[in-house]
Amino acid sequence: MMSSLSKKKLDIKLHPGQVIIGKWHRKSYQIVRELGFGATGTVYLADSKQGLVALKIASDSMSITSEVNVLRHFSKVQGPSLGPSFYDVDDYVANQGVYPFYVMEYINGEPFLPFLKDKGGEWLGIMVVQLLGDLHRLHQEGWIFGDLKPENLLVTRNPNRVRWLDVGGMTRVGRAIKEYTEFFDRGYWGYGGRKAEPSYDLFSVAMLMINRAYPSRFEKNTSKGPTSLISKIKAKNTLEPYETVIRRGLEGKYESAMAMRQELMSVVQNTSFTSRPKSEGNTITGKGKSVSRQARKKRNNVKEQKKPLVGLFESMLFASFLLILYILYLFGQAV
Amino acid sequence: MKKGTLRQILLLTDGCSNTGEDPIAIASLAKEEGISVNVIGIVDRQEMSERGVSEIESIAEAGGGISQVVYAKQLSQTVQMVTKKAMTQTIYGVVNKEVSQILGEEKELEDLEPEKRGQLMEVVDELGETMDLDVLILVDTSASMRNKLPMVQEALIDLSVSLRARTGSNHFALFSFPGKRKDVDKLINWSPNFDSISGAFKKMATSGVTPTGPALQEGIRIMAKRMKKKGTMDDELALEEEA
Repeated sequence: MMSSLSKKKLDIKLHPGQVIIGKWHRKSYQIVRELGFGATGTVYLADSKQGLVALKIASDSMSITSEVNVLRHFSKVQGPSLGPSFYDVDDYVANQGVYPFYVMEYINGEPFLPFLKDKGGEWLGIMVVQLLGDLHRLHQEGWIFGDLKPENLLVTRNPNRVRWLDVGGMTRVGRAIKEYTEFFDRGYWGYGGRKAEPSYDLFSVAMLMINRAYPSRFEKNTSKGPTSLISKIKAKNTLEPYETVIRRGLEGKYESAMAMRQELMSVVQNTSFTSRPKSEGNTITGKGKSVSRQARKKRNNVKEQKKPLVGLFESMLFASFLLILYILYLFGQAV
Repeated sequence: MKKGTLRQILLLTDGCSNTGEDPIAIASLAKEEGISVNVIGIVDRQEMSERGVSEIESIAEAGGGISQVVYAKQLSQTVQMVTKKAMTQTIYGVVNKEVSQILGEEKELEDLEPEKRGQLMEVVDELGETMDLDVLILVDTSASMRNKLPMVQEALIDLSVSLRARTGSNHFALFSFPGKRKDVDKLINWSPNFDSISGAFKKMATSGVTPTGPALQEGIRIMAKRMKKKGTMDDELALEEEA
């Protein structure tokens, strides 16, 4: 975006070492460094009595206040936390004016896509399985995540666990989605409306998986005509095992995040990922026909490699069939 | 309880007005009528002139709305965001006025402690979701806009997708300026969605003049007529009670 929404108040810049004291609760925070900034404010790493925390500050109190409302709601929810824990909300009085801020748990981890970059295809499945579990709990609480995208996810270490950061898009079920990013929005791709319902998030999850294979993403319309998401999935080797799950996610075929999670889990359990070339996910799109033909060839190879596995499955089935017959026979003998 | 209607004029243009009344003055009039004016400036490869940007900002400020200058590519996301933000801003403004009436002059929402602010914000969110919304869209169709019109069309369809997800009802009307003979031509009358939009821009004559002020004036007139017809001049009052 080229210019700010309104020129009322300038954004505030905090410096490392600067101490912020809240106007209302008088708690103090010392800024360590900037963690990131978005449309609704800047997030800093800060030191406090509770240890390291994340502090988000903005010039506009509307968005800060709504985000605090969401965070507060989820800090009351039982069980493992859905999103960062909420600590404090206050105002910082600076020379230029009053800036609202809130303080939440600092989640230390690696961004979602960089984490997956050098890892095998099974890791994508595992991370999305974790994410779907959290989404299911969120949906059961009556909320939809809304703006689901890799930038809003982190993977923590030991153990590796996906966590979400930004609650700015969270919307109550049945309302209009508050915030979204076009690539992950089903309205943009013509796959449905923007009402907050579980299938809205599941579409974004499917796009998240596609994003893994297309790190620089792609647009709806090219000079060649509208982009077909299905052909985009088919063009990437790394997505092949997940094709059905992604497609059903896009098409809104899953009743719940749990249903999608179950199917994805069985894909991860029953696929051999090591035979697949790893670097595939990093190729940049739009190189033309030669690339896709090559990809198709590779896919054929993969299918051939899969055959022994199918054979094994068949012989197992046959063996168990024989076993059942034998047991029946034994029963027959006993009577 | 009847929740009332939010009224917006959304102006899409790519440059300065060059004929007729001053659009900034007319936007102030809109605000007095309880209509907020949002302006989106669309740029091509070359950036918009400083004068153009400043006019866009001033119109929105005078009209109590929001302005944004974007590349045609980002139009869809911007149009829906500006519309929604402006709705929240209007409601927030009304709530704020209430707060200063209760707490005394010079007191605003920001002077409340954060906990109370949170409760009020829930009310603002709730109203934003459930209030009815009328948006009158004015599209600049002067010669330089010709190649941007497909993007405008797409952005408006996208806006209707976004707003349809709300609980409250929405009505749109689409006008272009300059018109063939008048300052403004009606393309689509008040309707709950934009399914009929494809092809609407085909019958436009594109000429060089940009009568932004007269177009806004006509927009206000059309909205005022609709308000009278619906007989809901006391909407703002209803909103205040609700808040």
